[in-house]
Amino acid sequence: MMTNPHLKMQGLAKSYGTFVAVEDFSLDIAEGEFIAIMGPSGCGKTTTLRMLAGLETANRGEITLAGTRIDQLPVWERKTPLVWQSLALFPFMTVRENVEFGLKMHGVSRAERRRRADDWLERLGISDYADRNVARLSGGQRQRVALARSLVLEPKVLLLDEPLSALDAHMAIKMQGELKKLQRELGITFVYVTHSHSEAFSLADRVVIMNAGRVEQIGSPQDIFLRPRSKFVAQFVGGISLLEGKISGKKDDEWFLETRDGKVRLGHGCGLAEGETADLAEGETADLAVRADRISVTVGSGWGENEIACTLVSEEFAGAVVNLHLETASGRSLVAQLQQRDLEQLDASIGARVYASWHPDDGFLLESARTSGSEPRERAA
Amino acid sequence: MPPHQKHSLPKAFWIAGLAVVFLLLYAPIVSAVLFSFSADRFPSLEISGFSTQWYAQVLTDRAILEALWNSLTVAGLTALIASALGFAAAYADYRFRFFGQKAVLALALLPPTVPLVILGLAMLAFFSRIGIAGTLMAVVAAHVVIAAPFAMAVCRLRLAQLDTELEIAAQNLGAEPHSALIRIVLPHTLPAILAAVLITFAVSFDEYVIAWFTGGLNQTIPVAVLTTLQGQVDPTIHVIGTLSFSMTLTLVLIALAVVLNQSGGRMSKEET
Repeated sequence: MMTNPHLKMQGLAKSYGTFVAVEDFSLDIAEGEFIAIMGPSGCGKTTTLRMLAGLETANRGEITLAGTRIDQLPVWERKTPLVWQSLALFPFMTVRENVEFGLKMHGVSRAERRRRADDWLERLGISDYADRNVARLSGGQRQRVALARSLVLEPKVLLLDEPLSALDAHMAIKMQGELKKLQRELGITFVYVTHSHSEAFSLADRVVIMNAGRVEQIGSPQDIFLRPRSKFVAQFVGGISLLEGKISGKKDDEWFLETRDGKVRLGHGCGLAEGETADLAEGETADLAVRADRISVTVGSGWGENEIACTLVSEEFAGAVVNLHLETASGRSLVAQLQQRDLEQLDASIGARVYASWHPDDGFLLESARTSGSEPRERAA
Repeated sequence: MPPHQKHSLPKAFWIAGLAVVFLLLYAPIVSAVLFSFSADRFPSLEISGFSTQWYAQVLTDRAILEALWNSLTVAGLTALIASALGFAAAYADYRFRFFGQKAVLALALLPPTVPLVILGLAMLAFFSRIGIAGTLMAVVAAHVVIAAPFAMAVCRLRLAQLDTELEIAAQNLGAEPHSALIRIVLPHTLPAILAAVLITFAVSFDEYVIAWFTGGLNQTIPVAVLTTLQGQVDPTIHVIGTLSFSMTLTLVLIALAVVLNQSGGRMSKEET
């Protein structure tokens, strides 16, 4: 926990009738931090953002911004501008009128309004379109108007709801870079909701993964990518093979996992936090995760320590790398990621018998499956 | 020729049909316009000469002028009140989701489907009970009831093109609810409100049955016309008909132009 968070959300909850949209959301955000909230559609990420902006009233919980409690304030007094997924630009106004709108509502004088709006138009490179109607702009230009309209208010926090989803892939990547640069320069806290892995991982300082109204994991992009805590996060992040089994026999401080496809050795500390191995018990069920890029695929056996015989099901070309989808004898799916040139050396066609192997230290046990034994929770509708 | 038209009747047939429809619709009106300029006392197809004497007579007839003034007052007030109510109802339906919304909407749009005689009679009974029967205010009140649904329908069409997020987006930028309404919703809906004013004015100006039931001695133009006709065939009727028709047509055409021009124009919902 941070000693003096800039934006603090404590126990936020929202339900519509019997449908629980968000349950018990707590997060402390430091000033200038870039937070991405990510999850599949309907996971509650947008509802959380809307509660921050005051567009939804939380059933429970508190929100504090820079020491002031804001969850009781109406939308127009919160000063938490939102960049809408649809952008929500005012269609009958020019670019400049759109940007000046918020200032006008806050009673800023005409000259001052004009000066500040023009500053932002300049900064975002849309000065040339200042007098144009917003309907006659390209996607990227409209995106900039939406940003300028919010940032001109000099907010303490900027909320963004899938702001790049309307842009084509090329433009979205360009805007990603600009957003990150802008956020660094301004030092404003950004709370960014997205379902895109690449946006969340490349932009955010910390990523919040939500599922069915609950927070699954909060951590740096590296944390989440390399060490998903739960089965849900592992599957959502992708590129991870999961093996279920029972913890077995401690031999010389080494642990094993008894899977349906044979016994595999767990690495030092089993990939768990320090001291947690002490809680491991013989016969306990656990999920072992191995990243796709750490799995080697060979035609012959005996190449690696942890080795499972598989059938090659399909190849998926993904640029410089290729994903091989494998199936074990017990029907479990594994995925291995190979460099293109490694694939060329692998003399195996679809349907062939191959061996998947990995170094024990590259496997790690998922924490949540052990500690709470919870499967990814199905939402009670 | 597109395949689905292959076996249809020749184009000439449809044009002829359309011509018949227009003939039946407009021939009586055209005849009224023609006879209003005839020099003859009685309408006959051999028009002996052109004359504007009947116009002169109408424009100096105190009873007709008084009826005209009544009609303008009633239609003017009706247009303002009905348009305000119609916009409010359309906005409530657009902006809020509430229990029984569909039922409320149906009820609000219902009055024009009630037979006018029944509506007129019921209004008369009610107005006598509250003591305003026979006044122009009674006619205004009754006309608001039948005109407001038209205003609401026009405003709803326009509001449907406005993204509901825009008003909230304005609030998110610091606009209080009334400012968001005035700065975002009203400018967008204004053409429809203008159209509603014109249409409701026309509805009230033309309406006879309810005005006759509830107006008592205060005659509006349609009532005055029919009262005159009961006693005699008077060529001034053609003049009044022509004037009323031109006025109504003008109002409706302006309303149409405003609505059509705007809905296809730049103020339409943002393309995304």
